[in-house]
Order: sequence, then C-alpha cells, then structure tokens
Amino acid sequence: MEFDLAFIWAGLIGFAVLTYVVLDGFDLGVGILFPLAGSETDRDTAMNTVAPVWDGNETWLVLGGGGLFAVFPLAYAVVMPALYMPVTLMLLALVFRGVAFEFRWKTQRWKRLWDHAFFGGSLVAALCQGIALGALVQGIKVTGRAYSGGWWDWLTPFSLLTGVAVATGYALLGATWLVLKTEGPLHLGMRRRAWWLGLATLGFMGLVSLATPFLEPVYFQRWFNLPGSAFSVVMPVLVLGAAWALFTGLNDSRDLRPFLAALSLFVLGFIGIGISFYPMMVPPSLTIWQAAAPDESLAFALVGTLVLVPLILAYTGYAYWVFRGKVRPGEGYH
Amino acid sequence: MLDSFSAETLARVQFAFTISFHIIFPAFTIGLASWLAVLNAFWLRTRDATYLTLFEHWKKIFAVVFGMGVVSGIVMSYQFGTNWAVFSDKAGPVVGPLMAYEVLSAFFLEAGFLGIMLFGRERVGAGLHMFATAMVAIGTLGSAFWILSVNSWMQTPAGYVINDVGQFVPEDWWAIVFNPSFPYRLVHMVMAAYLTTAFVVGGVSALHLLRDRTSATARRGFSMAMWMAVIVTPVQIFAGDMHGLNTLEHQPVKVMAMEGHFQSHPDGAPLYLFGIPDQANQRLNYAIGIPKLSSLILKHDLNAPLAGLDTVAREDQPPVAIVFWSFRIMIAIGFAMLGLGLWALIRRMQGRLYDSGVLHRAALAMGPAGFVAVLAGWVTTEVGRQPYTVYGLLRTSDSLSPVAAPAVAVSLIAFIVVYFFVFGAGTFYVLRLMGHTPGAGGKGDVGPTRTAGITPAAQLRPQAFGPGA
Ligand code: HDD
Ligand code: HEM
Ligand code: HEM
Repeated sequence: MEFDLAFIWAGLIGFAVLTYVVLDGFDLGVGILFPLAGSETDRDTAMNTVAPVWDGNETWLVLGGGGLFAVFPLAYAVVMPALYMPVTLMLLALVFRGVAFEFRWKTQRWKRLWDHAFFGGSLVAALCQGIALGALVQGIKVTGRAYSGGWWDWLTPFSLLTGVAVATGYALLGATWLVLKTEGPLHLGMRRRAWWLGLATLGFMGLVSLATPFLEPVYFQRWFNLPGSAFSVVMPVLVLGAAWALFTGLNDSRDLRPFLAALSLFVLGFIGIGISFYPMMVPPSLTIWQAAAPDESLAFALVGTLVLVPLILAYTGYAYWVFRGKVRPGEGYH
Repeated sequence: MLDSFSAETLARVQFAFTISFHIIFPAFTIGLASWLAVLNAFWLRTRDATYLTLFEHWKKIFAVVFGMGVVSGIVMSYQFGTNWAVFSDKAGPVVGPLMAYEVLSAFFLEAGFLGIMLFGRERVGAGLHMFATAMVAIGTLGSAFWILSVNSWMQTPAGYVINDVGQFVPEDWWAIVFNPSFPYRLVHMVMAAYLTTAFVVGGVSALHLLRDRTSATARRGFSMAMWMAVIVTPVQIFAGDMHGLNTLEHQPVKVMAMEGHFQSHPDGAPLYLFGIPDQANQRLNYAIGIPKLSSLILKHDLNAPLAGLDTVAREDQPPVAIVFWSFRIMIAIGFAMLGLGLWALIRRMQGRLYDSGVLHRAALAMGPAGFVAVLAGWVTTEVGRQPYTVYGLLRTSDSLSPVAAPAVAVSLIAFIVVYFFVFGAGTFYVLRLMGHTPGAGGKGDVGPTRTAGITPAAQLRPQAFGPGA
C-alpha cells in the first residue's frame, strides 16, 4: 500500500461517494416510498422532511463526479462513456424528482403528475445508480486510454441485481428517516415497512456478496485468501450487528436507531466493495495510480479540500440541526 | 432522421442544447440572489414592509428557478465525461480541479444555506437568516467565478505543459485561473446576470404598474430595476468593448467572424452593420458598413490594418454566419437596454416614472431581453471558438467520446423532450407567480402572512407613495 496523493484522493473520492449514497439515499428513498405515504397531508409532510436538505445532499453527487474529473480524469473519461445509458437516464430522472420539490406546490391540476415525477424519478435514479455500480464491479473494457466496449455492455443480470438492491436499500433508508422525522399514521406505516425493507435489503446484500467473488478471480482471491478472508468473517458479523440494531430499534420505538443502523449497513456494504476493488480504480484495467491526474493537480485540489470539506460538514450539520425534530403537517414555506 | 448525423454533430448539438437551457437559469438566479440579499438587508434596516413583501414574493420565484438551475447543472457536470471523454482525459488535470473548487466553495454554500434562506426565518432569527441569504448570493457568484475560469482557460489556455500521453498538465495555477480572458469574461457575465434580473424585475413591476399605478411593491421594484438599467448597462457596454479588444489579441479569428471580415483590410476596416455571410464563397453579401470604423474601435486608429479570414485556412474557421448574427443581436439588445434606462431616467427626473404607460409597456416588452442577450453572447463566444475545444490546441472533433451515434441520438432526443416538458412547465409556473400581486395572498402565498407573525405590527409602515429606492 502506497500512502501518497493518489491514495489519499482515492479515499476522499470514496468518502464523497459514500456521503452521497447515505445522504441522497434517504431522500431518494423518501421518493420511492412516496406513493405509500397515504393521505395527501402525509405526502406533503414526507416531502417537507427532505425539502430543506435535498439540494445539499445531491451536491455530493456533483462532488463525486467533479472530483473524479479533477483527480482521476482518465477514470472519469473511461467510466462515463461505458455507463452512458444508465448515467444519462439517472440525470434525467434527477431532473424530474428535483423539480417536483417546487412544482407540486405550484399547481392543483398537475399535482398528481409531479407526485409521480417525484416517485418515478427517485426510483429510476436509484436503479440506475445501482446498475452503474454493478457494471463497474463487473469491469469495464479499456483499450489504450479509452473505453472500448459497446453501449449496452452495462446491462447484465448482475447489474440488474445491484440495481434492485440499491433501490431497496434506499427505500430502507427512506423508511427509517421517516420513522425518525414524522409522527402518527405516517410514522407507524413506515415502521412496518422498514421491517420488510430491512429483511429485503439484507437478502440482497447477501446475494450480491455471494455473486461478486465469482465475477472476477481477483475478487475471489481477495475474499477467500488471507489477509482478505479475515474480512469475510468480520463483515457478516458487523452486518448482523447492524441488523440487530435495526430491528430492535423498530420494535422498541427508538426512532433514531433504525436510521443509524440502516446507514451502517450502507457503510459496511461500501467497505465491502472497497475491499474487492483495491487497488483498482476501474476494474479490471486501471489502478488508482494509473488513473490519477499529475501530482500538481492532486496537490492543488487537496489544499482546498482539506480546508473546505470540514467547513462544509460543519454548516451542513448546522442546517440539519436547524431543521431537527419531527416535521408536522403544514410546515414549509409554500 | 438522426441517422445521417455523426456522433460528433450529435454530441455538439446535445452540449449546446443542454448548456443553453442551463445558462438561462444562472443568468437569472445570480442576479436574483444578490437582489434578494439587498431586499432583506433593506428590510432589516428600514423596517419598511415593502421590502419584505418583495423579498417573500421573489423568494418563491427564486426557489423554482434555482431548482431548475440545479438539475440542469448536474447534467452538465456529467456531460463532459459522457460526451467529451477525450477532452476530459486531456484537459481534466487542468480544468477538473477548478470545477472541484466550484463544487466545494460555491455549490455547497448555495445548497447548504438555501434551505435556511427559504424555510428558516423563524427558526434561526433575522441575523442568521440574513447571513444565509448572503451566503446563497455569494455562492452563486463563486460558482460564476470558477466556471468562467474554466471556460476562459479553454478559450485562452495558459500556465500548462503537455505531457507524453497528451494531457495538459498544470504548471502555474495562478496563470491558469487568471488566464488572459478570464477577468473580462467574469465581469461581463456577472453584469449580464445582473442586467437579466433587472429587466425581469423591471418588466414584471411594469406589468403590475399597468394594473395599479399606486402599488408600493411595483413602484419599488420598477424604480430599483431602472436604476440598475441606467447604471449597469453603460458599464456593461464598456466592459464588452474591452472584452472584444482582449479577444482580438488572443482569438483574432473569432473577431474576424464577429465582424464579418472575410477580406483583409490593409488600410482601415469598415464596421459592417448588416450583411449576409456566405462562407462557401468567403464573401459578405449585401454588406452595409461604415468605412474605417472597425479599425477605429478595435485599434483606435482609422487607418490601422486588420487581417481577415482570407489569412485563415478554411478548416480553421468558425461558422461565420452564426457568430456574425449572434454578436449583432447581443449588441442591439445592449443598446436597447441603454435606451430604456435613459428613458426611465428622464421620466424619473420629470417625476413621472410611475405614470408613463408607454414606458411601462416598453419595459414589459424588454423583460426577457437579458436572456436573449446572454444566449447570443455565449453563442458568439462558443461558436466563435470552433473548431477547437481548447483553443488552438485540441480540436472539437478530437475531443469526442468513443460512443456510438445511436446512443447519443437517443439521449439527445430524450433531453429535448424532457427539457421542453419540464422546464416548459416550470416557466409557466414562474410566469404565473410573476403575475400574482406581491403580498396579495393567492395560492402558495403563505410566506408574508407567516412572517407577519414575528413582525410587530407597529413596525409595518405602509409606503404607498414611497420615493422608491
Ligand atoms: C455564469 C454562471 C454559470 C455558468 C457559465 C454555468 N453555471 Fe452551472 N450553475 C451556476 C452558474 C453557472 C449557478 C448560479 O451556481 C447555479 C444556477 C442555479 C443554481 O442552482 O446554481 C448552477 C448550478 C449548477 C449545478 C448544480 C449545483 C448544485 O447542485 O447546487 C451544476 C452541477 C452546474 N451548475 C455545473 C455547471 C457546468 C458543468 C457548467 C458548464 C458547462 C455550468 N454549470 C455553467
Ligand atoms: C453557460 C453558457 C454557455 C453557453 C450558452 C454555451 C454554448 C455553447 C454552444 C452553443 C456550443 C456549440 C458550438 C458549436 O458546436 O458550434 C458550445 C460548445 C462547447 N462548450 Fe459551451 N457554452 C457555455 C458555457 C460553457 C462552459 C462554462 C464550458 C466549459 C466549462 C463550455 C464548454 C464547451 C465545450 C467543451 C464545447 C464543445 C462542444 C461543442 O462544440 O458543442 N461551455 N457551447
Ligand atoms: C453592447 C455592448 C456589448 C458589447 C460590445 C459586448 C461584447 C461582447 C464580446 C466581444 C463578447 C465575446 C467575447 C469572446 O470573445 O469570447 C461578448 C460575450 C458575451 N456577452 Fe456581450 N457585449 C455587449 C452587451 C451584452 C449584454 C447587454 C449582455 C447581457 C445582458 C451580454 C452578454 C454576453 C455574454 C453572456 C457573453 C458570453 C460570455 C463572455 O464571453 O463573456 N453582452 N460580449
């Protein structure tokens, strides 16, 4: 393991993507569960729990993409054409769900339409992100400095599996978030759903974990030979711990615990992928060091990042603090 | 039908289409964010409720437009990779970090404080709410700073070396960020955004004045907008002129296209007001020009020689007709804005700013002028830089992703359908909001009534006949 600028940046990009996944994960999840939110008032409330923060959450996606462009331009240049269809579809889906936050309050006639846009956009975006992840794990064909596969290579049973898995996981995050942020029938309904979504998420995590080692011999060796095989023991234990926290939290109505447990599941899944990947940036051909920009770029971007990211975390935290507590029907500026 | 187009053409159309939609929103939100901060500051200072009513009213419009700006912007940040992968690989080490700084220093700031600005007045108190409003405004300006630095570097590259795999490698970050055309482009664009906002606010206020001349909010809005028009437009024209001189120095071919100079003029070039560029025959047909004026403007000398496109190989020329016309549209709008500003100034001095129906109609008609000028300006800049993405160094045709034409065609159609549908609906909602009388209630107008709850009634002094700002 080399501890240099490229390595630090791989960690930082990983951090940005993970932050994106857990933050936007829950607000996409709220969108996915939107039709299940029951009455009109409950739907308004559900949306208002994320309205003040969704934009900040989505900015982590821009940082993930922009950061990749900045510090691993070759990876960005190879991955984006390879994932052309899922990425484009995701962007279009994000357009629909993003504008729904404002549009659905501006019209009576088309309110239902923007409700659907919010739900459909969230679901499709989640599926596409999962598919993109699966396609990346499967590996991307590179010749020279360019993608050399076709425009449908991303579509495989495995990528569809990861797509559904991520969407289910986001729905779990959304359900536990609503358990935390709401009261009454909405809260109770989501508590029930979080149970089922928790089971489904665990099931999908299991399936994906079983399938991954067989995609690439490298992954197999990583997980079933020392020292990697140590993780093969530790990770499932940690996952079970998080699952225990999730279900007991739901049963004892400790409203924060299920949300934190669901977040931990995502963090663990993410670490699992990291273990499979390292030291690849774009499996199977580009390592972190091959994909990295020259040191001048890495150093320049790092200075600002080290100053600004803590600041961003601080004021983002502050914004969450301002809007803490349960959201009651009728709150919002509309 | 799209089969006959190459992946390159399709990718260019897609980029041009998505960025043209995107820029419409920042052009408005940059100006509006600053104006909202000013309104809120004036409200806190003077406790004149007109400011608060205006703030709460335009805040809702801002939120809708900002939302559209965000979603169309996220598309942009991924388009470099999907459609321009070779460009991304080669220019990424230089422009990537600048865009990363944009995200870190600007986008997070906007997004982080937007929620507080929109929803948080009661929760955080007046002081912090003011702070959040200012941060949103600063964020939009910061984002303009970085993205224009990126774009300017692509126009006038500096501070780099090229490594053995053909990547641009940064050598001097200061020279990269403050590349030769950046200061001009930044100033010109930020003022363009302010003018765009001013004319929208002016047009909407004029509409309300036509309905009710005594409306305090319409008067205040109109007055503020017309001050902006008369003060900022001359500065903008001056800045545009400086910008043009800078372009002449660094991208002379673009200026030849803007001016329609197919021929070189060894002793004084004319300023063509009209003409039909015929690039195939390298001629400007039906030209009407003022002799020697172009040399005077560009070289400050009536007889200075100016080279023409006859000195440039055909494959290195940009499409002249587009550049020629878009440039003239921008200039025409610039002078029309100046005219309206001066007219309003005269009426103001006569004390008739609020009861000149003709002026109000003209202001209403000019409401969207800023958007047209911004688009025309960008088309001049971007088409004029062709056939390069990094000027003189990397051709557009060499910047492309290895993606099959059908993939680009399908996504292009999807973008066109979705954008027209979604942003069409958004524009409709924005126009409807603009049609509402500020503070009059109406759908979605709970803002002012709720804020009135924390405002001691005694402090609200109605200002039906205020002198304006
Ligand atoms: C002169 C200003 C300007 C220009 C030329 C551009 N933008 Fe922009 N952009 C903004 C000014 C802006 C802004 C004012 O900061 C926006 C507009 C509305 C908004 O929400 O923020 C924004 C939003 C915005 C967002 C969403 C930010 C968020 O999540 O909050 C992204 C990712 C981009 N832009 C990316 C781009 C890219 C890749 C561009 C070039 C190809 C681009 N913008 C041109
Ligand atoms: C925001 C206002 C902008 C507008 C309205 C705009 C408009 C355009 C247009 C019309 C073209 C097509 C030119 C042609 O193909 O003949 C173009 C090309 C291009 N622009 Fe911009 N642009 C803007 C900003 C930017 C920025 C900020 C960047 C970079 C950071 C950028 C990067 C590019 C690239 C890479 C191309 C080449 C692809 C192509 O030729 O279509 N543009 N732009
Ligand atoms: C009448 C006076 C004006 C002059 C002389 C002028 C001059 C110019 C020039 C020379 C360019 C091209 C820069 C390049 O070479 O790339 C430009 C671009 C541009 N103009 Fe203007 N302009 C004027 C008015 C306006 C107005 C009124 C607006 C908007 C409200 C505007 C908005 C823009 C924009 C957005 C661009 C593209 C960005 C840039 O390159 O700065 N201009 N202008």
